[in-house]
Amino acid sequence: MDSFFSVLDATIRVATPLVLAALAGLFSERSGIVDLALEGKMLAAAFAAACVAYMMQSPWAGLAAGMAAGVMVALLHGIVSIGYNGNQLISGVALNMMVSGLTPVLALAWFQQGGRTPTLDDAARFRSIELPFADAIAASAPLKALFGHNILVYLAVLVIVVVSWVVYKSRFGLRLRAVGENPHAADAAGINVKLVRYLAQSISGALCGVAGAYLVLAQTGAFIQDMTAGKGYLALAALIFGKWRPWAAVSGCLLFAFTDAIQIRLQGSALPLIGSIPDAFIQAIPYVLTVVLLAGFMGKAVAPKAIGVPFVKSR
Amino acid sequence: MSQPSNLPRWATLWLMPVLNLFAALLVSGLVITLIGEDPVECLQLMINGAFGYPEGIGYTLFYTTSFIFTGLAVAAAFHAGLFNIGGEGQMYLAGLGVTLVCLGLDFLPGWVVIPLALLASMVFGAAWAFIPGYLQAKRGSHIVVTTIMFNFIASALMTWLLVDKLIMPGSQTPATRLFAESAWIPMLHELAANLGIELPQTPLNATFFLALISLVVFYLMVWRSRWGYTLRTVGLNEKAARYAGMPVSKVIIVAMCFSGALAGLAAVNELLGSTHRMNLAFTNGIGFVGIAVALMGRNHPFGILLSALLFGALTQGGLDLSFERPAITHEMIILTQGLIILFCGALENLFQTPLALAFKQMTKR
Repeated sequence: MDSFFSVLDATIRVATPLVLAALAGLFSERSGIVDLALEGKMLAAAFAAACVAYMMQSPWAGLAAGMAAGVMVALLHGIVSIGYNGNQLISGVALNMMVSGLTPVLALAWFQQGGRTPTLDDAARFRSIELPFADAIAASAPLKALFGHNILVYLAVLVIVVVSWVVYKSRFGLRLRAVGENPHAADAAGINVKLVRYLAQSISGALCGVAGAYLVLAQTGAFIQDMTAGKGYLALAALIFGKWRPWAAVSGCLLFAFTDAIQIRLQGSALPLIGSIPDAFIQAIPYVLTVVLLAGFMGKAVAPKAIGVPFVKSR
Repeated sequence: MSQPSNLPRWATLWLMPVLNLFAALLVSGLVITLIGEDPVECLQLMINGAFGYPEGIGYTLFYTTSFIFTGLAVAAAFHAGLFNIGGEGQMYLAGLGVTLVCLGLDFLPGWVVIPLALLASMVFGAAWAFIPGYLQAKRGSHIVVTTIMFNFIASALMTWLLVDKLIMPGSQTPATRLFAESAWIPMLHELAANLGIELPQTPLNATFFLALISLVVFYLMVWRSRWGYTLRTVGLNEKAARYAGMPVSKVIIVAMCFSGALAGLAAVNELLGSTHRMNLAFTNGIGFVGIAVALMGRNHPFGILLSALLFGALTQGGLDLSFERPAITHEMIILTQGLIILFCGALENLFQTPLALAFKQMTKR
């Protein structure tokens, strides 16, 4: 049983940034803007969070800086895709490359540690929250798996609830979905399409900001070159896997995180019937599943109708 | 991909890319200033590093060779209206094809092994592109997402093969054994030495000529053949193509295979031309640079030649620059590539409206 809970513990830790980034992508894509830039938003946020948390010695300042950086990249994506009606796919790819190049250059210039930032002290990181009976919690695997995380994990849980409420029950959510499905009808109904899309981008940037900050402030304790390592694309895969719905996307993230957690456990050990599976195969599972799903072999994933199409107001 | 413009043709073809490139370089220059270096001096060092001496030129043309292939690969898919981000994975898998042929058959003479390896690179690259193409054409799954996923799958697969299966016995680094010399594609300095001309030693090899030939073949296939006509029709208006009775699904699948095969040839330049063994991540982002090359070159072979040369010079000049100015690392070049993709690919409308206004003013007078 203990191993079950340690896998659960690892799953929750790996899933948190994925969940945040997938929900970020949900806002962007539901508003009709393809979001390949999740990776870049997260990486920029991780870098900003590392720099500011180091200088101010405060994780909260780092979190705020991460969110600001995420929003900045998101707005750049917005200006290109919404303002200039540019190709959203290309913009996403370009932004990811730019951030992947810019962050180590700045890190080297500012900290002279070869493309990474100095390691943060404990005071500048998010640690597991101290509950009463902390010793009892640390001693018991099930309690540790559920209550032994840092504050951002619980924040992410709250975000899931809020996002699904906003998307389905709030006025903004209705507008968001309308703009992503049929912008011309939404426009005729008096909704400011571009404004809604810019707002969706900002929310996407802020959520990616938390995800990127989490990587630094709760996991590694420093910015490392290309530290997102495809997590943005993995989150996008989870979003598609969840057919652009919040709870399903979260399940996708948990599933992908679970494969990651179990891969570390399975290393080298043989399974009954199949024998030992190479790590690489387990690593590839999320991507293969997404391809299979997109191919329509596991239900149909239908994207928001207006996704990828710039909105040009009809006269 | 581009919208109808009211600019003269030469302005769309020449002035806009140059302006976009200039804007991208300007932003790079700002970043260089921000980290306390002199952008003008850096540009001079870079140009000198890329074209200032014979070795530099050799390396520039070596990088250009790979970029021509991946650029053509992206362009081939673009002409069918598809955005193939999978060049990196297709090139990786093509490397597997080359490696398998070489490891298995390199006791044979070069004139047997090299053509077989070329063929294998194209077949493996095409096969890795075929699946996303098939899924797009027949099952409607989005090519961009599928090719991204295929890049990750390729990377996982190749890591496993290199670490567990193809690694040189007794070695710790995940790389294959050196291929036998018969499978090496002749270097340009060796060919020149046979003719009595002395050239400096660089990895520039005969694959460069294959790249030039590919440019011409690409032009003939896309603009001068019946197949190219259907390809471009499908890309411009899929509905119209379907209405005209063109086999749209087939065109999409074949275009992706064509694209994958071209990306595959870049692996030949790297593996048989330079490293002579396969190692982890030998693709090194070349597939992604292909996107920038195609966008900057407006998907035309001549444009691709020029922009591949530009990116070859950026890579070689950037490497030289990073020796002279350690603050400006290879990542600075990645930033510049990203900026060029942004300005040439996504922000191509940035200068269109002001330019159109300017031309209107001029014609009024």
